[in-house]
Amino acid sequence: MERVNAEGMNYVQLNALVRSCNQSEIRIVNCIGQRYIGTGLSDKKITIDGTPGNALGAYLNGAEIHVNGNVQEATGDTMNDGTIVIAGSAGDATGYAMRGGKIFVEGDVGYRCGIHIKAYRENKPAIVIGGRTGSFLGEYQAGGTILVLGLHTDGKPIVGNFCGTGMHGGEIFLRCSEIPPRLPAQVRAEKLSALPKEAASLVREWCALFGKDERMLLSSSYVRLTPNSDNPYKQMYIAN
Amino acid sequence: MDKMYISPEYEVIRDRDRCTVCRICERQCANGVHAYNAETGRMTADNSRCVDCHRCVCYCPTHALKIVRSQDTYPENANWDSRTINEVYKQADSGGVLLSSMGNPKPQPIFWDRLLVNASQVTNPSIDPLREPMETRLWLGKRSTKIERDAGGKIRDLLAPQLPLEVPILFSAMSYGSISYNAHACLARAAEALGTYYNTGEGGLHKDFYKYSKNTIVQVASGRFGVFQGYLEGAAAIEIKMGQGAKPGIGGHLPGMKITEDVSETRMIPRGTDAISPAPHHDIYSIEDLRQLVCSLKEATDYKKPVIVKVAAVHNAAAIASGIARSGADIIAIDGYRGGTGAAPTRIRDNVGIPIELALAQVDQRLRDEGIREEVSLIVGGSIRSSADVVKAIALGADACYIGTAALLALGCHLCRSCHTGLCNWGIATQRPELVERLDPEVGYKRLVNLVTAWKHEIQEMMGGMGINSIEALRGNRLMLRGVGMTDRELELLGVRYAGENM
Repeated sequence: MERVNAEGMNYVQLNALVRSCNQSEIRIVNCIGQRYIGTGLSDKKITIDGTPGNALGAYLNGAEIHVNGNVQEATGDTMNDGTIVIAGSAGDATGYAMRGGKIFVEGDVGYRCGIHIKAYRENKPAIVIGGRTGSFLGEYQAGGTILVLGLHTDGKPIVGNFCGTGMHGGEIFLRCSEIPPRLPAQVRAEKLSALPKEAASLVREWCALFGKDERMLLSSSYVRLTPNSDNPYKQMYIAN
Repeated sequence: MDKMYISPEYEVIRDRDRCTVCRICERQCANGVHAYNAETGRMTADNSRCVDCHRCVCYCPTHALKIVRSQDTYPENANWDSRTINEVYKQADSGGVLLSSMGNPKPQPIFWDRLLVNASQVTNPSIDPLREPMETRLWLGKRSTKIERDAGGKIRDLLAPQLPLEVPILFSAMSYGSISYNAHACLARAAEALGTYYNTGEGGLHKDFYKYSKNTIVQVASGRFGVFQGYLEGAAAIEIKMGQGAKPGIGGHLPGMKITEDVSETRMIPRGTDAISPAPHHDIYSIEDLRQLVCSLKEATDYKKPVIVKVAAVHNAAAIASGIARSGADIIAIDGYRGGTGAAPTRIRDNVGIPIELALAQVDQRLRDEGIREEVSLIVGGSIRSSADVVKAIALGADACYIGTAALLALGCHLCRSCHTGLCNWGIATQRPELVERLDPEVGYKRLVNLVTAWKHEIQEMMGGMGINSIEALRGNRLMLRGVGMTDRELELLGVRYAGENM
């Protein structure tokens, strides 16, 4: 394993090092805000101690990234494949327009998480969040799965406002017993007594990663959000 | 009254003496205008379905057809014309947002036509392009404005990646989905033959077209359709689409019916679902955020490809361009309010944005004033209709021009502005296989090559006339332009003198 001390290192330099490294495993220590780590990588395993900057794992294409700490904005932007594991919380726009792969966050995520994620054939993106999320979760979601476990303890709602606005595909699972208030018209909400198989296996994966008890999470009640219609804007226009 | 009857906008006139009832018109019309009446043995026409695309007129072997504007009129009214009245009826009937296609058809001023190009006489002789070399080649990208030397005194190569062009014309972004596979095939082949670029738009890059990588610009829009590592690497340059001249502030929306199997594969979304690109990138709320996307794209492609940021020409275009120039982008593309589209709300298309001529002049001036003009190249689009528009755009400060509508016209488009119906009889703005096959890439690409080659000759002629032998020497050379029929304010904004004024 290659060990890189990122202290005082510019992001361009750090990322060039990561790209050109011939080892399959890299450990970045003392990471402090360097952006774009692991951009577009397809075949490495990167472990990061510290706090990576924005756009960690953008366009990720199969590589694996583990962060021991929090991450900033736009983690996994337009990610195609691979895994990002965050033993901490994540900032805004986590998993923007993700098309494949998985993001596991131990803590909370900020605003606009999972906006525009979409699925195609074998590519099914998934974002699993241990705590709660800010507003605009899964806006314009077109496919894939977002799972929010609500293990946060600050008493705030599990999701913020405008959850699933413009949603036209995919699923959002929220671990809560009541349907959140003020959901937008494009979203259909239903209470579930048990998680479907695929979602349950995501919970198990999350628990295995962060050493949490899966029985409690799997026996909880969940709310599932799905789009109300496949073509939400069809009725809006008249040919002129 | 449930629905207002709106009389057809066009009438099909058939010359019965010429019509041989061969029924070609019937087969050519996907809108179902023409039909054969077995009882009378004659052809009939349902005018209400006609969009005036002229497919039947062009394909009638005896030239028995013509399409005219209907003479049926409402009471004459300069304020409330028939079209405006009908739009009110349509909305009262449906409650829907009016949806149109292609560029703004309203009679607003076209500043290109009020700009005139200079020519040399006597004192500064013109150059004969048939005899002298006349350079239309150029490079797009950041230029170095300072020289750095290494310890040994050698000049360090700090030049950012450049995009070479043989002509100052590129094909603008049109996605696979909004236009057909064959239309893309035409554009890609023509770009390769001409030494320029076509642009995938935001619909992904079809697997068959990776072989044209060297002549491909790929687009990254808010929906990020079809964007992945291979797509970014399969391009000569990457364009971030922030806006589009036909619909500034509005996103893209490809209806599910146009997401066929092949389009679905290229966009990487399931068949039949809507493809929605909202107006903003939800991760870009500032120039700093834009910089983040620019830099992440550069990181993803190892700093080997120029990044273009495309914006619509809007009121504060100059300030916006200044911000983009500082975001790390290599090229700014500005799209004027007359630019085309496969679908846009009518009101947005016709009322939002500003003319490209004014935006361009202001952007170029602002970047010069701030000393950052060489930090970026400028591409302008939004109704560049001829080689003369290209010459004027370059003299106003552009490096090169995007053409979209003109390219589609070369492929047979007749500007019927019905792209959103998906029934393009010319095989361009459709995904129906029987219509797509009407556009033969072998023929279409040659027509595009013809068009751009002809424009190149004309550009060379005009350059020669001005005594300029390199297109780069024309860039921002506003003394080569004079205005007519314009106000002082317009001339001031364009940075151009009135015709007849001396230097």
